[in-house]
Amino acid sequence: MESWILTLAVFSPLVGAAVMLLWPKEDESSLKGIALIASLASAATGVWILFNFDFDHTGTLQFVVDKSWIDVINSRYIVGLDGISLPLLLLSQLVMVLVIVYSWNHFPEPHNPKAFLILMLVLEVGMNGTFVAQDLILFFVFFEIVLLPMYFMIGVWGGPDRQYAAIKFFLFTLFGSALMILSFLAVFFLADGTAGGAEVVRTFDMRALSGGGAVASIARSTQLWIFGGMFIGFAIKVPMFPFHTWLPDAHTEAPTQGSVILAAILLKLGTYGFVRIAIPILPDAAEEWAPWIGLLAVVGIIYGALGCLAQTDMKRLIAFSSIAHMGFVMLGIATLTDFGINAAVFGMVAHGLITGMLFFLAGSVKERYHTLELSRLGGLLVQAPKMGWILGFCAMASLGLPGLAGFWGEFPAILSAYNPAEGLPVETFRTFMVVAALGTVLAAGYLLWMLQRTAFGTPSEEFAEQQIHDVNTPEWIAWTPLLVLILAFGVYPHAIFRVTDGAVTALLGG
Amino acid sequence: MLLNQFLVLSAVLFCTGVYGVIARRNGVLVLMSVELILNAVNINFVAFAYWHGDVSGQVFALFVITVAAAEVGIGLAIVLLIYRNRSSIDLGQMEQLRG
Amino acid sequence: MTTMLENVWVIPAIPFATFWGILFFGKRLPHKGAELGIGALSLCFALSLVTGAAWIDRVDNPPVSDHTTEQATEHATGGSEIDGTEHAQVAGGDSGTGIGVLGAAAIEEAEEHIAVDAVVQQWTWWQNGGIEFTVGTMVDGLTAMMLLVVTVVSLLVHIYSTDYVGGDRRYTHFFAFLSLFSASMLMLVMAENTLQMIVGWELVGLCSFVLIGHWWEEKPNSDAALKAFLTNRVGDIGMLIGVITLFFAANQTWSIVEINSMANAGQISHTALLVASLCLTAAVMSKSGQFFLHTWLPDAMAGPTPVSALIHAATMVVAGVFMVARLYGVFWDGFSIGTSNINVLAVVGGFTTIVGGVLAFVQADIKKVLAYSTISQLGYMVMALGVGAWTAGLFHLFTHAFFKACLFLGSGSVSHAVHSFDMVKDMGGMRKWMPHTFRTFMIGSIALAGIPPLAGFWSKDEILAGASQLGGGGDGYPVVLVMGFITAGLTAAYMTRCVYLTFFGEYRGHTPVEKLHESGPRITLPLWILAGLAIVAGLANLPGDSIVPDGWALRFEHFVEPTGAYFPAISHPHFSGLTALVSIAVAGLGVAIGYAFYFRQLGPHGLTQRSTVAKAGYTFLENRYYLDHLYTGVIAGGTKGPIARAAYWTNQNIIDGIVNGVGISARRIGLWVYDKIDQGIVDGTVNGLGLGAGAGGEVLRETQTGRVQQYASVLFGSTLVLALVIALVIV
Repeated sequence: MESWILTLAVFSPLVGAAVMLLWPKEDESSLKGIALIASLASAATGVWILFNFDFDHTGTLQFVVDKSWIDVINSRYIVGLDGISLPLLLLSQLVMVLVIVYSWNHFPEPHNPKAFLILMLVLEVGMNGTFVAQDLILFFVFFEIVLLPMYFMIGVWGGPDRQYAAIKFFLFTLFGSALMILSFLAVFFLADGTAGGAEVVRTFDMRALSGGGAVASIARSTQLWIFGGMFIGFAIKVPMFPFHTWLPDAHTEAPTQGSVILAAILLKLGTYGFVRIAIPILPDAAEEWAPWIGLLAVVGIIYGALGCLAQTDMKRLIAFSSIAHMGFVMLGIATLTDFGINAAVFGMVAHGLITGMLFFLAGSVKERYHTLELSRLGGLLVQAPKMGWILGFCAMASLGLPGLAGFWGEFPAILSAYNPAEGLPVETFRTFMVVAALGTVLAAGYLLWMLQRTAFGTPSEEFAEQQIHDVNTPEWIAWTPLLVLILAFGVYPHAIFRVTDGAVTALLGG
Repeated sequence: MLLNQFLVLSAVLFCTGVYGVIARRNGVLVLMSVELILNAVNINFVAFAYWHGDVSGQVFALFVITVAAAEVGIGLAIVLLIYRNRSSIDLGQMEQLRG
Repeated sequence: MTTMLENVWVIPAIPFATFWGILFFGKRLPHKGAELGIGALSLCFALSLVTGAAWIDRVDNPPVSDHTTEQATEHATGGSEIDGTEHAQVAGGDSGTGIGVLGAAAIEEAEEHIAVDAVVQQWTWWQNGGIEFTVGTMVDGLTAMMLLVVTVVSLLVHIYSTDYVGGDRRYTHFFAFLSLFSASMLMLVMAENTLQMIVGWELVGLCSFVLIGHWWEEKPNSDAALKAFLTNRVGDIGMLIGVITLFFAANQTWSIVEINSMANAGQISHTALLVASLCLTAAVMSKSGQFFLHTWLPDAMAGPTPVSALIHAATMVVAGVFMVARLYGVFWDGFSIGTSNINVLAVVGGFTTIVGGVLAFVQADIKKVLAYSTISQLGYMVMALGVGAWTAGLFHLFTHAFFKACLFLGSGSVSHAVHSFDMVKDMGGMRKWMPHTFRTFMIGSIALAGIPPLAGFWSKDEILAGASQLGGGGDGYPVVLVMGFITAGLTAAYMTRCVYLTFFGEYRGHTPVEKLHESGPRITLPLWILAGLAIVAGLANLPGDSIVPDGWALRFEHFVEPTGAYFPAISHPHFSGLTALVSIAVAGLGVAIGYAFYFRQLGPHGLTQRSTVAKAGYTFLENRYYLDHLYTGVIAGGTKGPIARAAYWTNQNIIDGIVNGVGISARRIGLWVYDKIDQGIVDGTVNGLGLGAGAGGEVLRETQTGRVQQYASVLFGSTLVLALVIALVIV
């Protein structure tokens, strides 16, 4: 049994963080080296998993470990990986390596690489763990581990308004977590882990709870409330309208690395929670909630796009675009069809790659021009043509151009809304489909507008004389994998869909 | 046996104690006033115990005396430390706990 | 030969490869990457010729064995050839039998009955949730024809561009994106399924965006690029929804052949087809510049002229027309084209021809004249498809590509000399200095005006014949027929004006006369080739009905029009001498009016100089002047003057205003929502909760004085109150 591999994947960054704690603060290059090695170690396990993963049975959990952990509440250390977790785990491992590489010469003030890198490694532990945990309490613990490092990253290394943004992020998410843990406890106390066996077993084991059998004994109205708790917990993380207001602030204030991690991975924790926990455990309640989720999703699509159009700050614009794009993901989930959820998982990965890349670019623009005000920028293609091209490429990917990754998150989500799962109101979802399609126009509108303002034209007078250097080596190393993957997944979406398909079918069909 | 006389005495003692706690500024005097309040209660306990013919009140009084001894011990130690630190035991100046 | 039909995917693959080649290595090559592009397109052109020949061969010698082998072939697995003959059975046509015994002469007669199916190749691209997505190629006459058109024009534009944008700062990028465009367009025309079509559709849009904005340093250029992309995105909503509707209506298939076959066989509900057709019409309106989503096309002239010729005249803008032609089974049933006398597609097309034609009058910019003319001609094509004259519409697409590309490249050649596109201020009399450009431009104009025997006449005449003869009850489509005739006259007249202002009269430009010169061979050679094609292209579909030998007539219809079950049973208009005569007469009239007005300075020019009373009688008596006045002054002048200006004003202010207004108000709404609702209410609630808690704490904090004795008094006081309450209430 190679079951230790997931534990290694999750905790190897923690080892790195521990070593770094003992290392002297002054020796910065060694510290960077250790951080890189730790994240590379985790990524190496990812590669190993990729080669040893049984792609014929993506629906079954693989590399499972099941050890006793907190016996009092029958919570166990269960980790496992299936076709839904795999792409997200790999995404997280990849992005962390790239972010650390990018950090090589891009440390935000007040510098202090030791603390910054340790926080990042701890963050990775939480994210990797969330994607493999198969026990509700374990999931919750990893879910919460993510909070604190991000709070400090924003609060210490952030922009001028960092305190406010960090507190807002922290409290908002914590509020959702409180409701979420309540729901988890309710499931624990009310559901029957043996699904109708002779003896009632209280458990947090997701495998036993999934499929709806475990909660069959719970009253329907109670199920709705439990789902509601989970919904708010996850929806805040996604974030869905109207729980999204922490996001633009957090993104605007966070350092580049924080924004990239936030956009690329943290937001996926919420949608992943829906796919992994809320819907499989409470399928009936999910059906009842689905139209409302769909409604909030399309409202988010339009609303996020309108928000983008109103922005004058490039980074804030990208932040708002996340709300719109996650709306497509949520729309796919709300259809409760395997096709829609597949699209959602693809959308998560695509959004992670593309928006992560856009935040990298915003960070680099900020570093060069010391501003992200769209009215002051312009002519990036003149001063740093390669960066301008990459920005154009990412804008095109983000607005859903076929042949690039963004399209396969967007189009299948719209497609699935035409034909939602049985029992859902078809007309309502078709209306959602049309509204979502309208959102693609707005998406093109704000992204091209941003592109025009930053990349086209000639540099404004204040920057015309300045020497703006083009993409440098750490940036190339950090960006190339993302760019290649955006193109590769766009041309060959099967690379992801073949992994997720079996898992989603297993998830829905039981 | 007149219960009233005991109760009157205890009420007088209690009121004196309350006055002392609220109005005096000297820390030691406040502690002593607290003692007065406690002892007023003790008198009541004993008086009622005798009146009802039940010893539990007297047992309680003994407990109170013990606790009061401990209390006054700690209280005086605190007052002493305050005096060492601030050269004063005026409670009117003690506002470090202000919110 | 047949191998080419099955491996046609290499044609788009070649320019796609050169795109990356030019992008990454172009700058290091001796000719900065242009040679890669030209080489690739030459190869593509050669392969397209082979494909075309293979297809002609297939039509003339239909593969008899198809019927039997097809049954044996595995259908759904990747890589297998699907000939679609089985769909012939769906439609009920017993097509495959007996071809072998038919003589060569009999094939002509029997061609209505012989189903030569498209050669379809497909591979599984990806699958999930039980839905399979394939990618593949589909070759039939339509594809072969489009391949030829795209590669010819693209190759010539490549050659032309080496001179025209020579020395440009982004010369290499220009060629890279020409390659990408060619690849996308070629991929679009051979798409086997609707999804692939969307991919190609969006990619050509991207290339259009990049190339319109080629000189993005100037804001108007990038504005035009944005406008083009966004307007097309609006239509793309229709495309997305239409394709999705078709996908579900046709039992979850993307395959064009299957969707069409099912639509023809009546297996898809009429409502679904109608909805899909309407949605797809929106896509046509944006991509092919139909009224009222056409406003981006004139603006798109901000791009370099070769781009206008290739993308905004010959190829990309006809993608909409191509899409309708491809999914004709859907539109045929959805709009009841065969049985109605008016439908959305025909009216959109018909209206657009007039709108475009009228607007072409008031332009001073030669490229804008051609742009509006393109809109007008695209309207003809859409109208043709709307009335059921499939072949005529596609034939017009074919001829139009050549003569319009010729005209655009010619206008570029002129502007090369005078450094301007303004006919009124900077041109005039150019025929003296630019003989080659002048002659080719004249040929293009005559072809466009529809004067026989040049290309435009034949295709336009077929459209008009279709509009008069097809439709329900043999009544034709009277409304759009009238529109078609009006536009025929308009076209001739505005082209006369354009030619006059550019090549005749006095030179009005600012470039010194000594510096005026004919363009180099790399510009004139493509011009002459295109002009030659503009002359002969019309011969590809000479009218039938034994007017010319059978071996010559209706070749285009014979080879291009699909005959398989995936194509509806359309009827064909006959050649009508009357229609042809009227069309020639109207065109001639247009030219005559234009000639009189501009070349002879007749009409209202002289009117101001005449004395009032006597001359008025004289005019009244002089029949000729009276008619001139009527035609030029009232009709042409009125059309050219107030009506066209009003239309243009409407166009620029109202329709364009709405487009801009929607953009601006979307931003305003965005601002408002952001300010008031997002920052105010939603965020306000969140902040309010926090502030409320804080304020509450602030109040309570006052009671926390830190004075032990104060606490004690409160304690005793409250005990007293409690004691009193107990005493009063309980005792």
